[in-house]
Order: sequence, then C-alpha cells, then structure tokens
Amino acid sequence: MPVDVRLPTILRPSAGGRGTVTAEGATVGEVFEDLIRQHPALRDQLFTPDGSVHRHLTIFLNDDDIRYLGKLDTKVGETDTVTLMPAVAGG
Amino acid sequence: MLLIRKKVLDSMLSHCLDGYPFEACGLLAGTAPDPGTAEATSCHPALNIAASARVYEVEPKGLLVADRAAEAAGGQIVGVYHSHTHTDAAPSPTDVAQAPDPEWHYVLVSLRDVHPSVRSWRIRGGKTEEEPVVLQW
Repeated sequence: MPVDVRLPTILRPSAGGRGTVTAEGATVGEVFEDLIRQHPALRDQLFTPDGSVHRHLTIFLNDDDIRYLGKLDTKVGETDTVTLMPAVAGG
Repeated sequence: MLLIRKKVLDSMLSHCLDGYPFEACGLLAGTAPDPGTAEATSCHPALNIAASARVYEVEPKGLLVADRAAEAAGGQIVGVYHSHTHTDAAPSPTDVAQAPDPEWHYVLVSLRDVHPSVRSWRIRGGKTEEEPVVLQW
C-alpha cells in the first residue's frame, strides 16, 4: 500500500527535489525498497554496503522511532507517514 | 547571513545557560529567502541526549517535533545551535565532521566568558565560513 515518505533536505536532491514522496510496501523495509527502485541514488544515502541503515539517520513511523518498534520489519498502513531525520550532533 | 529575532536569541541564550555545565542544543526555524540567508523566527530547544560538556546530540524526537512545527508555520528548519561551555564560539572538528546539512546555519554560543558570545557559521564540504548575525528587534 502507498505511504508518504518525508525526506530531509539533504536527501531531496536524490529524489527529484521533493520533500515528500510516495512509496509502496507492507513494512518500512519494503517501503524503502520501493523508494530505492524509484530513486536509486538514495540507496547509498540510506544504507551501508552491508545493508544496514546508516547510523546518522533516524526513521520515524508517524511519531515513533522504528528502532523501538520492529525496525525495518515494522508494519505500515495506508494512513501512515514515514519520516527520515538526520542525526544532528557535534562537539 | 543569519537574521535572528530578539525572542529567538533570548530563548537560545537562556537554554544554553540553563544547560550548563553540559552543552545545550536546539533547532532554529524560519525561512530561507535565498541560499545565503536565513531568518530565524522560532527557537526549538532540544534535549542533548549525550548529556555532555564536550559533545551534543539532538534528541531525534525533538528534531521531528521542531520540523513539524516549522512546516506548520510555513517555514523550515534553517539551522542548529549549541553551546561550547569552555571554548570559543567556533565549530570544533567534530562539528565540522558531523554537520548534517550544507544548507543549514550553525550557531555557536560560547559560555566561556561572563557574557555569552554568539557566532554563526556555514559548514560545507568540511570547510567553515563565518557569516554575519543580524539581530531583528
């Protein structure tokens, strides 16, 4: 099912400049697979070579960090929104 | 150039002083009329989940909430601020290495001296460039 995916500004150039895109899937992982099918340039920005999500990204399903849900296996519904946020840190 | 409203500056400085001895951090939201200029119209203090005097990490949920509030107000996140408790208001090597967005404005608040100092920087491709900060009353 299609869900909205909100992208931070740093990722938007790899998705046609759009802040919100639509992708399909029953889980967050499937949504990401479809997102990468549509926008292949996002692959290296989302995942490490071993297939893990980059640690500088936080993924929310609506209000919840998916690390505390089912990670990439978290199920999504039609009215859900997946939001990607960059880690903001320094020293 | 960073244009900053007085109420935003007040909130940011108050949050940084309250956060001492740890580094404090938060988001600045507003508009970016051109690639070189941002107008910060709201301050969104965040939790430093590193709880450290040397490093900061904005609580991710705080960033999400600030981003939604900025969008609801017709704006966007235009930058991040954090305090340096014992050093100058200039980006550290860690700040440069971890800067998340080249379009953002990076505000540093030094609490080293009795009077806090505020400076703003652009960080792109590992290079820093200071920019003017203009207070809007």
